[in-house]
Amino acid sequence: MRAVRSFFDSCGFLEVETPLRIPANAPEEHIDPYMSEAWFLQTSPEMCMKRLLSRGYGNIYQICHCWRSSERGSKHLPEFTMLEWYRTTGDYRDLMADCEGLLKWLACGDWVETGKGFSNNILAAFGNTAEQITVEEAFGRYASMGMQAAVREGVFDEIMVTLIEPSLPRNRPVILKDYPAEMAALARLKEDNPAIAERFELYVNGLELANGFSELIDPSEQLERFIEANYRRNQAGSSPLPLPEPFLVDLASMQPAAGIALGVDRLVMLLCGAERIDDVVSFTPEEL
Amino acid sequence: MYSVADLKKGLKITLDGDPYLVIAFDFTKPGKGQALYRTKMRNMINGTILDRTYRSGETFEPASLDERQMEYLYKEGSHYHFMDQQTYEQVIMEEETLGDSKNYLLENLKVDVLLFGEKAIGVTLPNFVNLRVIQTDPWAKGDTSGNDSKPATVETGYVLRVPPFIEEGELITIDTRTGDYSTRVKG
Repeated sequence: MRAVRSFFDSCGFLEVETPLRIPANAPEEHIDPYMSEAWFLQTSPEMCMKRLLSRGYGNIYQICHCWRSSERGSKHLPEFTMLEWYRTTGDYRDLMADCEGLLKWLACGDWVETGKGFSNNILAAFGNTAEQITVEEAFGRYASMGMQAAVREGVFDEIMVTLIEPSLPRNRPVILKDYPAEMAALARLKEDNPAIAERFELYVNGLELANGFSELIDPSEQLERFIEANYRRNQAGSSPLPLPEPFLVDLASMQPAAGIALGVDRLVMLLCGAERIDDVVSFTPEEL
Repeated sequence: MYSVADLKKGLKITLDGDPYLVIAFDFTKPGKGQALYRTKMRNMINGTILDRTYRSGETFEPASLDERQMEYLYKEGSHYHFMDQQTYEQVIMEEETLGDSKNYLLENLKVDVLLFGEKAIGVTLPNFVNLRVIQTDPWAKGDTSGNDSKPATVETGYVLRVPPFIEEGELITIDTRTGDYSTRVKG
């Protein structure tokens, strides 16, 4: 954690803290928040951090806990640690560079010498230049169906999990980029191709580590996407979520920015060569 | 009815009319995507392994399995007949379904029969059974060849390795979990 902080401090980022308990998260089709009285535990710190940006803060980062209901598996905990950072100049390509920079920093720092039990394969992978693959190329390479067809037929996620993720190169970080617009609720669409969002995922050793994108800063389009997400939630039988009104107001004064969230527990899993997320936390929910 | 939230290792469900045992299970969720439940299941009748991915909202029929103590009666071709001693109800199991268990089935042996609906799909044997040796070569006294075991055929037709001192007509104990010779039964 010290090494992560020292990377962002050395790059001139300001560490911030924002409330964990908030009146409304960004409604997303597939993310269910925990209630806390009439409010919610945050599913991500993005609402408050983007409001800081709209009030004139520059590059910021935060390491905090987030909660997502009913997410439990070998790589999921309902309460987990998130590293989130924003760049006020630039777009998702600058975040890709940050990801590579951070992993190299972790692979080369003095702390590797003093720490014990780090996975050498992973440290070597962290030090290598990342391979960039567009989602469309990945479908062409590893799947039997094109990306857009997969979205239309509703099997995008299945193909991603069963065919693409296990086939990704493992000796270097992989940046999977340019997702279909349907798969990016808060991302800016490409100017020359509105079917594609400027969103990417960082993978190391086939494990999804981070999700970043160029931020959508058009409040009316954002509102439409929230309403659409709630409509789909309703159709799927989950309850619609309240809208984050003050965020939508502040979004009007936000300058172009790019933001990314990285799962810290998974980063530790990789470094320690752990198979299960249970092995890198002090207590799992089942132990409490 | 089970939902995806009930999925866990060891759960028994019915799929396409067959009972399946969930042998591996993980929850996963690709970034911003929907929750997926990846399972590996073993068909409890023929042992086939199946990989299936489910989404939230899907449901499963539990496999209705019942274990009853029955007595092995006799064999007819490749059919093995068992009888429930309480109800006198009889079930038939195929040689193929029995697998190695057939090596230890002696008439009147009591076993636990696993039933899927009306269909018998497996037996649980006692850990040890006693069977009589019907054929084995005599022990050549002074044999210095160093062989510490020899083949022997028991009354069910099963052939296994036994120590050289075992003679035809003797009763031996066999471990049904490994199929190996365990001890000689005195008397």
